[in-house]
Amino acid sequence: MMQLISANHASAAAVTLAARANRKGRGFCSGVYPITPQTECIERLCEETIEKGSVVRVESEHSAMAVCMGASLAGARSFTASSSNGLAYMAENVFAAGFFRLPIVMMAVNRTLGPPWNIWVDHGDTLMLRDSGWIQIYCEDNQEVHDSILLAYRLAEDERVLLPVMVCQDAFVLSHTLMATDIPGQPAVDAFLPALNLPHRLTERPRVVGGLEFPHETEMHRKQHMEAMGRVPAVYASVQDEFERCFGRRPADPVVPYRLDDADLAVVAMGTTSSTVRAAVDELRAEGLRAGSLRIRMFRPLPEVALRSRLAGRRKIAVIDRDVCPGLGGIVWGEIRGLADPGAVVQSYLVGLGGGDIRPEHIRRIYEDLAARDRAGDPVFLEAGR
Amino acid sequence: MRTISDLESFVGGDRSEPLLRPGNTNCGGCGMSIALNMLSRAIAQRPVQIVIPACCGIVTAGPFPWSAYGAPVVASTFAAAAAVATGLARVAAANGEKTRILCFAGDGGTYDIGMATISAAAERNEDLLFICYDNEIYGNTGGQRSSATPLGASTTTTPEGKHAPKKDILGIMAAHRVPYAASVSLAHADDMMRKLEGALDARGFRFLHILSPCPTGWKSEPSEGIELIRLAVDSGLYPVIEITKGRDVRINVEPSFSEDALRSFVRRQGRFARSQVEVEVIQEGIRSEWEKLRAAAGPPRLPSPPGARMVPDRFAVR
Ligand code: SF4
Repeated sequence: MMQLISANHASAAAVTLAARANRKGRGFCSGVYPITPQTECIERLCEETIEKGSVVRVESEHSAMAVCMGASLAGARSFTASSSNGLAYMAENVFAAGFFRLPIVMMAVNRTLGPPWNIWVDHGDTLMLRDSGWIQIYCEDNQEVHDSILLAYRLAEDERVLLPVMVCQDAFVLSHTLMATDIPGQPAVDAFLPALNLPHRLTERPRVVGGLEFPHETEMHRKQHMEAMGRVPAVYASVQDEFERCFGRRPADPVVPYRLDDADLAVVAMGTTSSTVRAAVDELRAEGLRAGSLRIRMFRPLPEVALRSRLAGRRKIAVIDRDVCPGLGGIVWGEIRGLADPGAVVQSYLVGLGGGDIRPEHIRRIYEDLAARDRAGDPVFLEAGR
Repeated sequence: MRTISDLESFVGGDRSEPLLRPGNTNCGGCGMSIALNMLSRAIAQRPVQIVIPACCGIVTAGPFPWSAYGAPVVASTFAAAAAVATGLARVAAANGEKTRILCFAGDGGTYDIGMATISAAAERNEDLLFICYDNEIYGNTGGQRSSATPLGASTTTTPEGKHAPKKDILGIMAAHRVPYAASVSLAHADDMMRKLEGALDARGFRFLHILSPCPTGWKSEPSEGIELIRLAVDSGLYPVIEITKGRDVRINVEPSFSEDALRSFVRRQGRFARSQVEVEVIQEGIRSEWEKLRAAAGPPRLPSPPGARMVPDRFAVR
């Protein structure tokens, strides 16, 4: 059913459907704690009736994730949502959930880390958690946020994967913006999401989950975690097929090129910035400039093969970061520059930090600056000090 | 000690083997070992799942893939035991399972870093039993002060002796009006078994506080642990009480308030040597604590008969 709703409510709707879909399994249990701009999502979740399960209103983000871990270890489907400093406070347990390989899904609203306090969009909060062993997906619109949460459960719970998934969306640009969103019915979701059967769930059998281990066992576990991440692209493709079969639309690929094949200038971006970049590409193409773009939808695992092949032959590449890694430049740039052809110009641009506007003219300036370069320089702040 | 693969054939609910198995890494004379052995008997045939935060209690299990615990255990992050247990308890309840969810944490994971989480779980009246083995020190990191460290005790971070008295953990937990909160003496086995069994059977949030001798931190003889607890109880330093619904206080063991017992308790532990904390100062603390307890408990009552089971309040579990 089409509904005009925010991405926060779209997330809550998706989780509720996923939670109910596990009523024939071990149910649903979630720990929740409010933080702007995520709050509407958990408020809506607390209004819903889930026939088998509960939503626990805890005292901190740290405990929100801990409840999810307990619930998931007990075999239930689980969810939480957070943002910014909440994610920073939760971080210890985000890593723990990753290392336990629990298929928890989290909706993260990207918001600037404070202090000074700033509630607007910045990708630094979830990028801080890029090594936590979670799959990370960055969304572009509300439909995608909704669909990605359903897809995330299917991906997370696949026995070849068994990893938690973070579905990220931009603060206010999506979280509080109403868009027409198609919410499927329960039967379709039931067909898409089978009952969770977590192979390592706690039973009455004595064993210690997450206790001590020696270096070689840790190395083994890290390797297994890497291998699971390595299987994600293939499993993701099959989940896309399955999603399309159940819901009649196909979720986007991990990387999404736009007018890239013959492009002289390529701009790489994540989240809602990508839409603006596409609009700028169309304008520049109309003016005769061979512009193209590449959107990164999945940041972990980094779709390296797809990125390499899409960037092959591109001589000038701009990477837009809505985050800063002090001492390096853009975090995404830091990852992408090693994937381009040797000798290619891969320039870092920092824009829209702390929720500043990213307008088509910003993107145009980036294309112009890139066109004029014959080698990469220091990261460029587009609006510092204005 | 068994490996995970040895245990594949294990059918749950068999409590013929101990909860704490041979091969655990506890120090000799650790009060936690005694507490776990008593807990093992109390659990009997009940299915349990245990959450243990980062502390001596989880180290003792031994490294992967071994387990010195004869029960399923989750090693949680330090602050989060009660929240992880909440998730387990909610799902067990949603599936109509009788599994009892226990937390087993030291004083660090209870009095300090775990406090907010425990307080919140108590406020929600989660259906779980939180057991604190209180060795009055961060034993696992080599002996630093915690807010359970008593006045005058030297630790590696309070070498001159701690200046503040320990937190009243039972008072704090009772103030949450939890169905059941009690202190447990390792030297009073009948009372201890009654409390363990009663708390295992009761519903809602239950809290047990166990003063747990730590020869490493207390600088005491491993063989004297039980005797030290007996002295702590007899001198009035460690009141053995239970509190139901946060207000009905019952004193389970009447101390003699013997000054000799207190002197002996202090003298037998190296941790009080450097500060030379005066027994009179400790006695002053005991006096004020007992005035408070007497006022709350009313006139002395007949002690519970040995082996009598606590009648648990049936609290609705949300
Ligand atoms: S350090 Fe203390 S609490 Fe820890 S195992 Fe040794 S005696 Fe027990």
